[in-house]
Amino acid sequence: MDYSFALQQLVYGLTVGCLYGLLAIGYTMVYGVLRLINFAHGDLLMVSAYAGFFGIVIFQIPWPVSFAGAIILTALLGILIDRGAYKPIRKSPRINALITAIGVSFLLENLGLVIIGGRPKSFPMPDVFAGSILLGAVNIPALSIWILVITLVLLAVCLVVVRKTRIGMAMRALSRDMETVMLMGVDKDRVISFTFALGSALAAAGGIMWCMKYPAVEPFMGVIPGLKAFVAAVLGGIGNVTGAALGGLILGLAEVLIVAIEPDWSGYRDAVAFFLMIIILLTRPTGIMGEQLPD
Amino acid sequence: MDLLLDVRCLSVSFGGVRAVNSLDLEIRKGEIVGLIGPNGAGKTTAFNAVTGRIRPSSGAIFFCGAEITGWPSPRIARNGIARTFQNIKLYEDLSVIENVMIAAHSSISYSFLEAIFGFGRFSADESRIRSRAEELLKLMNLKELAFERASSLPYGSQRKLEIARALALEPKLLLLDEPVAGMNPTETREFGGFLLRLRDNLSIGVGLIDHDMSFVMEVCDKIRVIDHGIPIAWGTPFEIRNDNKVIAAYLGTDFGGQPVDYATN
Amino acid sequence: MNKTKVSRDKSLTIFSVLLLLAFIFYAERNFNHYTIRILENIAIFITLAVSYNLINGIMGQFSLAPNAFLAIGAYTSAIFTLSPEEKLRSFIIEPMIWPLSVLSLPFAVSLLLAGLVTALVAFFMAAPVFRVRGDYLAIVTLGFGEVIQVLANNLISLTNGSLGLKGLHPYTNLWWAWGVCIFTIFCTVRLINSSYGRAMKAVREDEIAAEAMGINAFRVKTLAFTFSAFFQGVAGGLLAHLITTISPSLFTFMFTFNLLIIIVIGGLGSTTGSVIAAILITWGGEALRVFEEPSNFLGFNYKGVPGMRMVLFSLILILVMLFARSGIMGRAEFSWESLFRWFRRKLPC
Repeated sequence: MDYSFALQQLVYGLTVGCLYGLLAIGYTMVYGVLRLINFAHGDLLMVSAYAGFFGIVIFQIPWPVSFAGAIILTALLGILIDRGAYKPIRKSPRINALITAIGVSFLLENLGLVIIGGRPKSFPMPDVFAGSILLGAVNIPALSIWILVITLVLLAVCLVVVRKTRIGMAMRALSRDMETVMLMGVDKDRVISFTFALGSALAAAGGIMWCMKYPAVEPFMGVIPGLKAFVAAVLGGIGNVTGAALGGLILGLAEVLIVAIEPDWSGYRDAVAFFLMIIILLTRPTGIMGEQLPD
Repeated sequence: MDLLLDVRCLSVSFGGVRAVNSLDLEIRKGEIVGLIGPNGAGKTTAFNAVTGRIRPSSGAIFFCGAEITGWPSPRIARNGIARTFQNIKLYEDLSVIENVMIAAHSSISYSFLEAIFGFGRFSADESRIRSRAEELLKLMNLKELAFERASSLPYGSQRKLEIARALALEPKLLLLDEPVAGMNPTETREFGGFLLRLRDNLSIGVGLIDHDMSFVMEVCDKIRVIDHGIPIAWGTPFEIRNDNKVIAAYLGTDFGGQPVDYATN
Repeated sequence: MNKTKVSRDKSLTIFSVLLLLAFIFYAERNFNHYTIRILENIAIFITLAVSYNLINGIMGQFSLAPNAFLAIGAYTSAIFTLSPEEKLRSFIIEPMIWPLSVLSLPFAVSLLLAGLVTALVAFFMAAPVFRVRGDYLAIVTLGFGEVIQVLANNLISLTNGSLGLKGLHPYTNLWWAWGVCIFTIFCTVRLINSSYGRAMKAVREDEIAAEAMGINAFRVKTLAFTFSAFFQGVAGGLLAHLITTISPSLFTFMFTFNLLIIIVIGGLGSTTGSVIAAILITWGGEALRVFEEPSNFLGFNYKGVPGMRMVLFSLILILVMLFARSGIMGRAEFSWESLFRWFRRKLPC
């Protein structure tokens, strides 16, 4: 394999991997706190993409304001989903919460279909993100650099929030032991809402960047990235923020690698994630960075 | 061969903490052996290791002469070790009689195809399992409640049902984890009598964990005392009652059923 | 229960089945094509829901694999019934692999093969799938469905890729659909009422206690998974020969979602509930089609909104989970005895 070709593939892999990672962090945080796979998480990506699209194209709002608005809206929607659908069934069996989550996911997707329609819309890319740099024979899109930088910054912010702030510590405590936290007088619902807001905001940021990379906005666009992000979270060790980002990177690189090695296998790209997941669950169910949780 | 269970030098660790440390334990046919110790001494952990729920970190477990260390729990159960749980684990949404019948699952000889089309050994097996379950419910005075939901039973009856279920496995060894917890003194006495009859009539071995010392002293033939995972004494109830190490471990607790105020000694 | 009541119930059941067959006989001659199609759909969905409920309701393991099993069954049966000429005609990207390319079998044999192949796949899937529980199981089985779609798209010399298989003979009629449906219910109910079924319920209620009573939970799960996959595979074969054209995009997660709604509304764990809800949802889904099609109602021109039905269904699912968790039946089952008791209460004489 050619050296510069390999580097080029690495750039692609890193870009996709960062996007998976951003989504995976939100997944992993919500799972850590609630032990619930928030199936609707991937659909938040779609919501933020539509919000950004409408802001720029329909309402002609400058892009930074549109993007910020999209992220805030998505974060609020995350809180709303938790309060409306998940909170009432916290005490019932996990299977019920899971079914509800699937219901919410389908509701969002089909509401999107009903309100906006199924025809893909093309997402506008602000000039800052366009263009590319040529390093030798390797073409690095400006967007890839942006994605990498933004992901690293957001990851750092998340780590600081989780490790250093009071609410972050409460989040970590919640993911260990619900009962003790309640005894300690932490307002559980506030912590959960905060987790949903933070996770959804990350998904929103990821969604906007996703759309700039793959510019078609449509109601079901969040399904596959959402599933893969969950796989990334499992790979990294569910509940672990750094692990989720790492899992995303590994998944992104693996997908690009498989096609780079054997172009005929490009059709199997979407299956890579699930093969990886089955392998990791069979060999190391707690993921790369996960710790053993008592059952 | 009277020796049923032979636990040798069993240790169990959880993330660096030794929950059980070099435990030796023998249970013979027709014998009730108590396993006692203060809270968190590792008694239930020892039961979990013997029944295959957790893997011991070292040591060996022999049952009827064969080594069963590290066997999966269903296999150990089918080999003849039945147990009850400290925090009652019934199949709550199923009827009382179904709870008991389920324990006989490993004894059925019909395949699922025979079950579906109703030929072969299906009917014979089903009626055998059912009548055996009815017998056991009668033994435990639960016959009238056979078609109630298990979770609707009062606490004491749930404990009894758990024992009926364990007996449906036709075990050689029965491990009871705090069987009289929550029973009043009369019920406890009755249960003690029942346990002695069970030992003599079925000639099975019984391992017993409980915090009710007078009950343990009364029914057990031998007692093993552990503290913080470490075995500190082994002997007959009389020997245990007078063991200095045991008294020290239980310092200040109501030991032996009589109010003993060690602090003033 | 005494002997006379057992034989009374048996004759009542046989009588009702005969009544159903008489109804089918009547329907086949007198109903229009559209109604017959709905009745066939209902039978296929009952088959799917009853076997799906065995895993999710009776055994409490949250699988999301039915669309995968349906796809495997549909493709298997279609590959075996298509005529060699049709295969030659439609496999334009790559020719079909020999000997499948020259093989053509009767419908009944292909259905049986569909069931067996699907069951075999499920059997081998069980080992990795049941290493995990709960939420992880949901994702692994969901991923399995995606993998099957990817395979259907890429194993072109077997499945004809994204072009799919066309020109299947419409073998599936009322008799086939309802015959399979009745057979599935019979087998599933018999299995549930045996020691195997009790073991499945024990695994649902408390896996640790089940294992402590000598039940090998993994074996029980594998049995249920394989058993359920068999009938879902057969249902896939029926479906393929009802719509006569299949392609990978047909077997999306949407199918599993519809089945999930059915078993949740019927009551997770109740076969009776699954049957009732399968009828309601399939029929209701057809009735709700008006929302998605253009119509003229009292002078209003309604354009029709695609996706409206799924919005309603998702809302129903969420609302049932929030406010009526046990669905129509809870875990209760129909019995003649309870029916009589109900009548006696309603009509005191």
